[in-house]
Amino acid sequence: PWSSSPASPPPMHRRLLLILTQRFSDFEVLLRWKSRMKRRKLLRKNAYYSYTQGLYGVDIAAAYFVLCLKGGFRFVGHSEWFRADHKGKFNWDFLNHKDTPLEEVDMSYTIINYTGLSNLEAQRSLRTLSVRGCSEVDDWFLARLHVFQDSLEELDISHCPQITPGGLAALRNLKGLRRLDVSSLPRISTPGLVIILLEEMLPQCEVIASGYDHSLKPEEVEEERSQDHAHEGMQRVPKKR
Amino acid sequence: MLTWRSMRATVRTLRVLLTFRQVAPDHRWRCGLVPFPRSLSTGTPLRNDFFKDLEAKLAAARRKVADAAPGSAWSPLEINPNLPPERTDIVIVGGGVVGWSVAYWLKKKEGIRGGLKVVVVEKDTTYSQASSVLSAGGIRQQFSLPENIRLSLASADFLRNINEHLGVPNEDVVDLHFNHAGYMFLASHKGAHVLEENYKTQKAAGAQVSLLSPTQLQEKFPWMNTHDVALASYGLENEGWLDPWSLLNAFRRKALSMGVVQCCGEVTGFKFTSNEATTEDGERLELRRIKSVQVRMPRSLEYQPVECAVVVNAAGPFSAKVARMLGVGLGPRDTLAGIPLPVEPRKRFVYVFHCPEGPGLDTPFLIDHSGVYFRREGLGGNYIAGKSPDEGEEPDVADLHVDHQFFQDQIWPELAHRVPAFEKLKVRSAWAGYYDYNTLDQNGIVGAHPLVSNMYFATGFSGHGLQHSPAVGRAVAELILDGGFTTLDLSRLGFRRIAEREPLLESNII
Ligand SMILES: Cc1cc2nc3c(=O)[nH]c(=O)nc-3n(C[C@H](O)[C@H](O)[C@H](O)COP(=O)(O)OP(=O)(O)OC[C@H]3O[C@@H](n4cnc5c(N)ncnc54)[C@H](O)[C@@H]3O)c2cc1C
Repeated sequence: PWSSSPASPPPMHRRLLLILTQRFSDFEVLLRWKSRMKRRKLLRKNAYYSYTQGLYGVDIAAAYFVLCLKGGFRFVGHSEWFRADHKGKFNWDFLNHKDTPLEEVDMSYTIINYTGLSNLEAQRSLRTLSVRGCSEVDDWFLARLHVFQDSLEELDISHCPQITPGGLAALRNLKGLRRLDVSSLPRISTPGLVIILLEEMLPQCEVIASGYDHSLKPEEVEEERSQDHAHEGMQRVPKKR
Repeated sequence: MLTWRSMRATVRTLRVLLTFRQVAPDHRWRCGLVPFPRSLSTGTPLRNDFFKDLEAKLAAARRKVADAAPGSAWSPLEINPNLPPERTDIVIVGGGVVGWSVAYWLKKKEGIRGGLKVVVVEKDTTYSQASSVLSAGGIRQQFSLPENIRLSLASADFLRNINEHLGVPNEDVVDLHFNHAGYMFLASHKGAHVLEENYKTQKAAGAQVSLLSPTQLQEKFPWMNTHDVALASYGLENEGWLDPWSLLNAFRRKALSMGVVQCCGEVTGFKFTSNEATTEDGERLELRRIKSVQVRMPRSLEYQPVECAVVVNAAGPFSAKVARMLGVGLGPRDTLAGIPLPVEPRKRFVYVFHCPEGPGLDTPFLIDHSGVYFRREGLGGNYIAGKSPDEGEEPDVADLHVDHQFFQDQIWPELAHRVPAFEKLKVRSAWAGYYDYNTLDQNGIVGAHPLVSNMYFATGFSGHGLQHSPAVGRAVAELILDGGFTTLDLSRLGFRRIAEREPLLESNII
């Protein structure tokens, strides 16, 4: 019932492109080339920074990774944030803080993906992570977050186009979570139910969910109704023999 | 057959000659001639019948001409569109998830585009009895055999990047409906040390699993009765369940887009050549080599021989039957030829029940030490459960009839014991499917048969074939095209252990 609901028809230029690719093989080749370049960039940007780790240690490598992806972070015990500007330029002063772990990381609207996450894995003091609006963050990414299960308190996964309820189940391991933002996840088709289930699963956590149309959708009404009549026809367990 | 083929060839050349007119006449046809019969039909009512008749005839004739016009797919003789080619490189028997995965990997590994001809033969394209679509869809790393753990890890890797592997340009992205809810194995006092042992093997192989004490368990899952649990192991990552149909379809769609030919028909026999050979101990062996596969078309007596170089036996629960067609297991006892493929269908029931007060989003795929398992199904308070019957009580496998009493007697009491909320529930539906059960050691058989050098097995997965299909497909493709395993070494899963009757046991069989 919660399969990805087909979005509104693709915009004009997309449809035009589709028609062109269907007619002319050159377009197909070009498009394939474009998507391959995009993939290659994704791979390169999210590569494992083992070289940097070897030279500067895991913390600096993590910080460098965050900045290269145009993200921002704050070291443990510091108050100022290091951030890349919109052109991707950043201040290299973070190199002076060798062996200081990161406490807050803001990767919102970056292209971080599952592989890139491995650069942050050693950050066992990470308390806050935001991946708001990240197009490459998917359910497998969420499943990987268990590496921060002892420290993570705030997580923002709002506006991520790939996340489904099947991935939200993976947050089960983050029992220390205090604040979770799941606003505007387009692939959640029954938000009302999902949010209740999330709150039930993470009782200590404040779940923030805005950007949903809470007027019940047909399937949700169905769901609700089946809950109402749920007790009809219920049977009791037979005695163990 | 031959004359017919040459005829088609002529038609084709004709078409080529006429292509330059392809679009124009078609166009004129539609615009210019359609009004003509309309004017005919405006005759007086009396003559109506006659004209109606004529009109219909004309319409039919027009259709025929349109069909025969260059550029249309019509041909004078009706042929079965799924008729297999007469000749191919590799025939895969069985279009379940394993068969299609092998097909995909073969094409993926072919050196030049179109360099390899692969045909998948499936007898039932509705998949009404195939295990692939009747499975519970679970994937886990919690096995005891390192090979199985590695297969699962490799498959998880594949599933994570499913759209890079199985995405087809300009088609919908693949959505497996993967639920990252993890598996949980519960052990009693008796089984705790085995669980711990397995945990170590899993960790060593790189799986993300954790051990939980009953207290931790109770804290994490307050809905569970941990009274008789000594230890639990809980998967943190790469475990859960998916929609088997989506996986099967994704493999199939991609393989077809890469040029694999699918054919609807049943493999009923083989043509092979035999050679005598003597082993070092003086035993005489008859070595066989498949020359062609006989495919019977559905609902007909038509047979089509398909010449091929290699056959992959991926017929799931019925793979022993296919092997027998080659004499596997029919030789004298105590010889290599007398050893059958130890795979047989075993019926397993799955029950869907509803319980509004049951556990929620974090319900894992739970495997109780009693053998009962359950998992969540969707978000609306539905669950599925099952259990393998005791060895002596295997149900009859003639059909897929469900024994509802089995739930009442064997499953429900255990469920209610483990999760008190399940004391009250309502069974909604149930289904049965066949395990491709390996009676020797409940593990997959991957590799060639020693006496039939060009038949490769990929079968016997006994309830974990769906999750291993991506990695097994790759392994079989490596065996065929590279002559050996190059990524994952599965040589211990070969037929040798069957021949030597040395089981490679797996303790986590559900
Ligand atoms: C109830 C149940 C639950 C399961 N749960 C899980 C699970 O949670 N996780 C997991 O990984 N696995 C599970 N399995 C096991 C899994 O389904 C199988 O191991 C897997 O599907 C085997 O795939 P296959 O392609 O080899 O077999 P099938 O899917 O059975 O495919 C074989 C195909 O071969 C065709 N065929 C047979 N003979 C011929 C012939 N002579 N000619 C032409 N075609 C032929 C059949 O029609 C069939 O379609 C479960 C199985 C069952 C029954």
